[in-house]
Amino acid sequence: MSGTTAAENTAALLTATRLRKYFGSTAALNGAEFTIDSGEVVAVMGPSGSGKSTLLHCLAGILEPDGGTVRYDGRELSALSDAERSRLRRGDFGFVFQFGQLVPELTCVENVALSLRLTGAGRGRAESSAMEWMARLEVDDVHDKRPGQVSGGQRQRVAVARALVAGPRLVFADEPTGALDSLNGERVMELLTGAARDTGAAVVLVTHDVRVAAYSDREVVVRDGQALSPATGFGGAP
Amino acid sequence: MSIGNTLLGLLESGPRHGYDLKRLFDERFGHDRPLHYGQVYSTMSRLLRNGLVEVDGVETGSGPERKRYAITDAGITDVGRWLATPERPEPYLQSTLYAKVVLALLTGRDAAGLLDVQRSEHLRLMRELTRRKTEGDLADRLVCDHALFHLEADIRWLELAADRLDQLAGEVA
Repeated sequence: MSGTTAAENTAALLTATRLRKYFGSTAALNGAEFTIDSGEVVAVMGPSGSGKSTLLHCLAGILEPDGGTVRYDGRELSALSDAERSRLRRGDFGFVFQFGQLVPELTCVENVALSLRLTGAGRGRAESSAMEWMARLEVDDVHDKRPGQVSGGQRQRVAVARALVAGPRLVFADEPTGALDSLNGERVMELLTGAARDTGAAVVLVTHDVRVAAYSDREVVVRDGQALSPATGFGGAP
Repeated sequence: MSIGNTLLGLLESGPRHGYDLKRLFDERFGHDRPLHYGQVYSTMSRLLRNGLVEVDGVETGSGPERKRYAITDAGITDVGRWLATPERPEPYLQSTLYAKVVLALLTGRDAAGLLDVQRSEHLRLMRELTRRKTEGDLADRLVCDHALFHLEADIRWLELAADRLDQLAGEVA
């Protein structure tokens, strides 16, 4: 892949080319390039405020960039309708955020099953798959508890189960261990990357923590709105 | 690591042959650097000379003699003293990385690029250790974590140095 620009890498699962995003007069992204292949875990690193999360949100179709393109599986995100983009986010993408962002009124198993219910699965099948994933993430014992009744580490494992239950091809994880202690953070990373590798899902892992980034296959560093990669001597992402 | 003190400590649980001691040391502490037989026997000779171990028995057979070593009371006291004495922390003041950054700035080379490439190299080793840790047992985890925390500290320094490059460039010019 080295020496190939994001635009030329047609085999990639997702590519972003010359992404620009402004907040007022501030350029959060200023020509960022990014690419990820199926099954790859790529860490997006950089100091606070460097544009890491903005890049993730643009790649996932949550934010619309002011310039540049994001192509997922050959389709340009900006060319999709809102409904098509939502379908993509529910079916093909999984999300893990720093604070889990589970629905507080639902039990843990209902939270995990929700991802499948939104894609049209019936309650029985959705909750049965949810239980399988919760067992894999070692939280099946809290399935009937609400998120507020379980520990931070358990909540984050439930969030990982929710991200993976629908069989996504691409998981976006934004500081997934940011609110956890070292041991819980380590276990969440092992389970997240282990499950992703087993299912062949790719992971975009935004983190400022190098110990978390060490679970990735490679890293890009966001600086001054650009995503820089060691493969190009930090002269721009491949 | 003090091989003498470590071998002595391993003898506290009971007498052992030199070969058993080497095997036990390698299992627990050897990881990337197993002991040579010569190191074990020269160390045991020294401990014997200093009265910290004694020969508990000798097996004779077709091969060379096999001595069984036991720790003495003086040896137990020595292990206790060693464990109770803090290790001198590494001062890390003669850093090659720091010298490289200053020289890059003095010679007008790309100091920021040097720091980027070094961070990436550190992260590459952290990936290897993280894989080894994930696949290993608790002892592997502790050994790898020790290395990982040191590498993380280096990376934090690299990032701080990158933030201070402009200031440093002004001072070394």
